[in-house]
Parts: sequence; C-alpha cells; structure tokens
Amino acid sequence: MLDGNAIAGLLFEVFGRETTTDTGRCAACGNVAPVAELAVYLGPGTVVRCRRCDNVLMAFVPIRGIVCVDLGGLAALEHDETPFRFDVS
Amino acid sequence: MVSLVDETAQTKSIVLDVPEWIPHRAGQHVDVRLTAEDGYQAQRSYSIASAPEDARLELTVERLDDGEVSPYLAGELREGDELELRGPIGGYFVWEEAFGGPLVLLAGGSGVVPLRAMLRHHQAAGSTVPVSLLYSARTFDDVIYRDELMTLATVDGIEIAFTLTRVQPEGWQGYRRRIDRELLAEIAGPATDAPLVYVCGPTAFVETAATELVALGHRPERIRTERFGPS
Repeated sequence: MLDGNAIAGLLFEVFGRETTTDTGRCAACGNVAPVAELAVYLGPGTVVRCRRCDNVLMAFVPIRGIVCVDLGGLAALEHDETPFRFDVS
Repeated sequence: MVSLVDETAQTKSIVLDVPEWIPHRAGQHVDVRLTAEDGYQAQRSYSIASAPEDARLELTVERLDDGEVSPYLAGELREGDELELRGPIGGYFVWEEAFGGPLVLLAGGSGVVPLRAMLRHHQAAGSTVPVSLLYSARTFDDVIYRDELMTLATVDGIEIAFTLTRVQPEGWQGYRRRIDRELLAEIAGPATDAPLVYVCGPTAFVETAATELVALGHRPERIRTERFGPS
C-alpha cells in the first residue's frame, strides 16, 4: 500500500492539474483527507481507498491508451487555488 | 545524463542536465519512462535529490533486483544517455523556506532522498529554521549521502541522528533500534513546539512514525507523509 503522492503524475494526466493537495471526501463514511494521504494500491489498475473505512474512492484503469476513471466512491474533491501551505498554529 | 555517483552498494545518484526544466520544489518527484525497442514502456516515480537551487537535477535510485526500471537506471545507464522525464510532480510533500519550522525530517531507507533535497534547499536558501533529521537504515553501509550528512551535522541548528536497525559498527554511538515512541519524542521534541514533520520511507516505517507522533500530541495537520515501495 502506498499513498496519493505515488500517483501525482497519473492524477495530473487525468485532471490536468496538481491534485494531491486537493481534499477528497469519502462518500461512504464522510472522512476528509488530502489526496496525498489516501491509500493507493497499484496493480494492472490503480485503486484509491479511504484510510478510515476502506471504501474505494477512485479507480483508474488504462485501456488501449485511455485511462478509464471511476470516481464513484468520492463525495467531493475540493481544490483550493491558494498556494498550499501548512496551517499556521 | 551527465554523471553517475555510487552512493551505496544498492543506490546510485543520476545527475541530469534537463533542457527547459521548470524549477522544482524540494520534495517533489519526477516520473521516468523507459521505452524498449519493441515499444514496451515502463514508468516509475523517483524523488528529486537535488535542491531547486542546484545547477543540475539529481535523482537517487535504489536498485531493486526484480524491478523493471531501477536495474536499468542504477546499472546500465551511461553518461550521455537520454532519459524521458515528466515533472516536477507533487505539491504535497514539499518544504519551502517560507513554510518555517522547526523542521523534523524522518527517513526510512531511501526515503532520505526527498528529505536531502529539503536539507539542501534549507542550506541554499540560508534558512535559520532548526532542523532535526532522523535517518533509519539497516547498516552503516546502507546510509545514503553519508559524507554530506556528516558534514551537515556540524552546522549550527542542524541535528542529524542515525539509527541502525540491523548491524552497528564497533563503537557505534547512535541509535540501534527501529523507531518507537521514545525515539521519536527525542528527535521531534515536545509537541508544544509544533514542528513541521516530514516522514518518508517504506509504508510500515511511515505508519509507525505518524501514529506515534500523533500519540505524542503532534497535530496530524503538521505531519506530511510519503510512502514508497514496490506497490
């Protein structure tokens, strides 16, 4: 098991921009986490799961040069245009 | 490819001259794509080992004997060869001088690579943010960037500690165990300092570090992780 950092290139290809700093919300349990922190399983396809409930959030399968994308398990993918920073404590 | 540097028996640094390179941020990676004569393609992601300020792009590759890409990069690649790169990639596991600190860097094995880019950036940017690096390796011979890290350890404000989990040289003064809560408390300092923590290594190393840091009172929002491994 890896994390969303490992598929930053694939996500850029699919979404056309840096996506690992987006936050994803799980449609099953509502957990919110940066895409970089989601659980990623690499195989013939790529499966992204929620760390809390294991729900499949995103799946990517390359078929004849096209990446098929299933985002069914994701309630929201939120993108913030402001430069990504640590929150100041 | 400009030059190769032997780091350890299993790792090599590849120094590249990249035309039209977009300056990267410390901690980012690139995808390297190899194409065989029959058109078969294999792609892997490698962390950038050099600072944005460095003149050339450097990758450090650990040779995995059953790998598809690393045996070529760390074994057969020769000076003057060309590589197909995509990047820089990733906006999450990055540190910039403006983020401040204190900075805590936790490396498991070749997870030290993006953290070395952060250390180099820290130095090149003249940052005064205090840094504490813990590097866990199996043996002293497995320590990548050993001389550079030993030199950096003499700089004021930079603390570098090693833990050797399998074999220790005679008279070894450093740590000699896998990371645990007590070790992390010594390296990261009190949670009230609210350090920015970057953890990179194999999944088990990262999970242990992140879980124990949170147990020590560090806020998850201040801990950034990157896991790597075969898959």
